Amino acid sequence: MATLSTDRPATPTDKPVLDKRFKAIEIVIKRNHYRQDALIEILHKAQESFGYLELEVLEYVAHKLQLPLSRVYGVATFYHLFSLSPTGKHSCIVCLGTACYVKGAGEIIAALEKKLGVKLGETTSDGEVSLMSARCIGACGIAPAVVFDGEVAGRQTIEAVCDRVTNLMA
Amino acid sequence: MIVRENCGKINPERIEEYIAAGGYEALAKVVLNLTPEEVIAEVSASGLRGRGGGGYPTGLKWATVAKMPTGQKYVICNADEGDPGAFMDRSVLESDPHRVLEGMAIAAYAVGANHGYIYIRAEYPLAIDHLQTAIKQAKRHGLMGSQIFGSPFDFKVDIRVGAGAFVCGEETGLIASIEGKRGVPRPRPPYPAVSGLQSEPTLINNVETYANIAPILQKGGEWYASIGTEDSKGTKIFALTGKVENAGLIEVPMGITVRCIVEEMGGGIPDGGTVKAVQTGGPSGGCIPAEKLDTPVSYKSLLELGTMMGSGGMIVMDDKTSMVDVAKFYMEFCREESCGKCIPCRAGTVQLYGLLNKLLNGHGTTRDLELMENLCYMVKETSLCGLGQSAPNPVISTLRYFRDEYEALIPS
Ligand SMILES: Cc1cc2nc3c(=O)[nH]c(=O)nc-3n(C[C@H](O)[C@H](O)[C@H](O)COP(=O)(O)O)c2cc1C
Ligand code: SF4
Ligand code: FES
Repeated sequence: MATLSTDRPATPTDKPVLDKRFKAIEIVIKRNHYRQDALIEILHKAQESFGYLELEVLEYVAHKLQLPLSRVYGVATFYHLFSLSPTGKHSCIVCLGTACYVKGAGEIIAALEKKLGVKLGETTSDGEVSLMSARCIGACGIAPAVVFDGEVAGRQTIEAVCDRVTNLMA
Repeated sequence: MIVRENCGKINPERIEEYIAAGGYEALAKVVLNLTPEEVIAEVSASGLRGRGGGGYPTGLKWATVAKMPTGQKYVICNADEGDPGAFMDRSVLESDPHRVLEGMAIAAYAVGANHGYIYIRAEYPLAIDHLQTAIKQAKRHGLMGSQIFGSPFDFKVDIRVGAGAFVCGEETGLIASIEGKRGVPRPRPPYPAVSGLQSEPTLINNVETYANIAPILQKGGEWYASIGTEDSKGTKIFALTGKVENAGLIEVPMGITVRCIVEEMGGGIPDGGTVKAVQTGGPSGGCIPAEKLDTPVSYKSLLELGTMMGSGGMIVMDDKTSMVDVAKFYMEFCREESCGKCIPCRAGTVQLYGLLNKLLNGHGTTRDLELMENLCYMVKETSLCGLGQSAPNPVISTLRYFRDEYEALIPS
């Protein structure tokens, strides 16, 4: 997780505006009329643009909304969907909701951890695959469910999941 | 079927089809012919109770907000659907979003609000998409915006997307989240009905609660109250999952037996297994053991069994499921989702999880079991919000019916 150092340059906002990803965030900020209560909306957009919330991005948002960085950082770390570190090129999200759990999601995770050599929530050292979990993706009818790169796959087995991951990395 | 009567029959992205199915007639009737008091009287007469978990009488909640002095008020739709293993709200929002918007508009008229928010979890992109379309179309048809049906009633709705935190389903946490803050609950009172969003009077109801409103106003509270049991009126949607042949959503009249749901509608357990228990109420609930399957489903009867209606998740466990493992699963959930504001919940869930793990690893003692049981009641009684207060429920409930499974784990 990013640590906050206090001795960074005080004007984080001048340079990055050139980056068009910051532009995308700025558009959303403007559309929300710089309202501080739109912080979560804006962080969603920021994460979409950058893939994760790096410190520079949090500082940018704090500056634009005139909020203390601690407040922005506090919100970013509170919610599970915000990530403060980069994720892999591919994602493999195993649903750990109750329906999937009773149908063996725990075993699927154990098999994937072994296969990828990472723990849940981590990314392989080559930056290829992130192994994550979710809390019920609303596909309980086809439990156990796994989401590969945004695509839901139902009724998964250990073999099927391992095959898919091999394909992802190929 | 009441709530899901349109689901799968109309195209959710076309307001014309909703209107053709009788949609927005209730809103027209309410805005043009009824006073707010008459609307609330109808909802009270229906006996409708909140479908979000608590089961608070909807009419009473509306009356409380309506009684607050005129001024800025809000209505909020709770679409956070946090119970892992439930997807009723998602299905309603995806397949009949206008039904929810109409319910919210009627509620706003009744309590004197002009601004609504739908707080929806980010994990439901299709539902968010359909809601956005629905709001646009409603505006274009003059069913949302200013002077609806040429009356002085104005109403607009904004969507707020969550970011993955179960505790944001709790009403005060949800309000903090809409304000762009950490979704940490605060003590009640004051209840949101008195001081909610931006400290103004705020009505919060669940998706399914709102989806019941238009039919109640159309056909009358008395009609609605004729369905169901003494304390539980109307229908309820359940998400039937787990070890069951036909998993999926079902809408049933209150009062039907659990056995009928699991065995007749769900088709029983695959591969000839037997039912051991049915879990309801998610991480805040408990289980119904096989011998109690003939219990009729109602708020009261489920409470008496030591579980609760909850939002409608119903998970079937077969004889191969370890109940202690299930309890551990829910405790892990609560441990992760605890917001950390108060100590009983923050530290208690960690300790309870540790004790359950110890037992499951075969290192537990009789003393640990005793300690765990005491701790359950301590956490339950001293936590600040519903998350902590109900976190021990799955353990208490499995201890009540399956104590032998816990004891069998203790090495002699
Ligand atoms: C930890 C916790 C989580 C909750 N999650 C939800 C939820 O996901 N959806 C919901 O509608 N209500 C949820 N509730 C209940 C709400 O606080 C609130 O009672 C409900 O939205 C009121 O609506 P109703 O009266 O229509 O049921 C939750 C409560 C607690 C304590
Ligand atoms: S009971 Fe748990 S979730 Fe609720 S306020 Fe306390 S720590 Fe937070
Ligand atoms: S529990 Fe996995 S999709 Fe619902």
